Amino acid sequence: MNHLLRSHAPISDNVWEQLDEEARERLTPGLAARKLVDFSGPFGWEHSATNLGRTTPLSSPPADGVQGRQRRVLPLVELRVDFQLSRDELRDADRGAPDADLEPLDDAAHQMALAENVAVFHGWADAVTGIADASPHDGLRLGDDTNEYPTPVAEAVEKMMCRGVTGPYGMALGREQYRRVVETAEHGGYLLLDHLRKILDGPIVWAPGVRGAVVVSLRGGDFAFESGQDLSIGYDSHDADVVRLYLEESFSFKVATPEAAVALAD
Amino acid sequence: MGFDQYHEPPDELPAATRTFARLCASLTEEAEAIGWYEQRIAIETDPEAVAVMRDAVGEEYKHFSMDLEFLLRRTPAWREIAQGVLFQPGDIVEHGEEAEEEALEGGAGGETSDGSLGIGGLRGVSR
Repeated sequence: MNHLLRSHAPISDNVWEQLDEEARERLTPGLAARKLVDFSGPFGWEHSATNLGRTTPLSSPPADGVQGRQRRVLPLVELRVDFQLSRDELRDADRGAPDADLEPLDDAAHQMALAENVAVFHGWADAVTGIADASPHDGLRLGDDTNEYPTPVAEAVEKMMCRGVTGPYGMALGREQYRRVVETAEHGGYLLLDHLRKILDGPIVWAPGVRGAVVVSLRGGDFAFESGQDLSIGYDSHDADVVRLYLEESFSFKVATPEAAVALAD
Repeated sequence: MGFDQYHEPPDELPAATRTFARLCASLTEEAEAIGWYEQRIAIETDPEAVAVMRDAVGEEYKHFSMDLEFLLRRTPAWREIAQGVLFQPGDIVEHGEEAEEEALEGGAGGETSDGSLGIGGLRGVSR
């Protein structure tokens, strides 16, 4: 048993499998960052920092004639979303009920995906520098008129090409922008989604939490998501009525090439 | 050529099991070769001959590692135990016991060895 303490929960193996499967199904559509950046790991709960390969000079070495340097690392951050499930519902799930109420888990999964996206694309104060924060390209907007969307997306691609950042490219779209894109057919009936995919030569992903859109190069080596403990369900406590669980992960995120992304404000 | 890597009638074995047995035999042969080179190098006094054999045993290390990786890829439980034992600092026996317990006796539900949902990277998943 590890730190998640799953074996201590009053939950059968069968229901644990159902909970894990439900969480996977709910998380995967919204985990936009993982669809666009390089992923490494998981390296375990004990993994605490990412090597940056950089040092800071130390001013007072322990002896004359000796230079001292301290390694700089990027500490991992932890995300955790607590939720609780009714024990009656879990008992029903054990009996084979196909409609057991797992809504609190679904909500927690959505919040976790949203938090991961926000941290990666827009940053997290004092903890994570986001892709949009780091990008040196600015001034582009998507706007409200979907007929104009291809223009800023093509400009974003061209801006990156000018800096030597090759494709293919992918785009994370906020919820509202994604909805607009998939429902829009341009003049002549050509789907806007297909048009944008042709410009990017890569995927367009639904990204809850993203403000506007973020276009990134998918050539690799530009954005590094390092997973410590990958997304997991852990056990906290229980009483006669509910079981308290949580979704958890630890990770670091590093932008290696800021110019390999362009944020498009809404 | 013998067929003594099979302990059951080969005709009755599925193709995948015969392949598995071949790679197990190959793994054994590589391990034997490493042991033989270790002994030869230990008693050889000609430095040039030692250099040649050191180079040769490096090949055996590679072959052994490739065989092992092949077998682990096809045997999830073995792979899971190996992950708990290989390249881990500390007490080998302790790690082995823990890894075996995790892999074979199982944690809660159908969790992965680290208890996670096993989602990992999603490049190539567009929606």
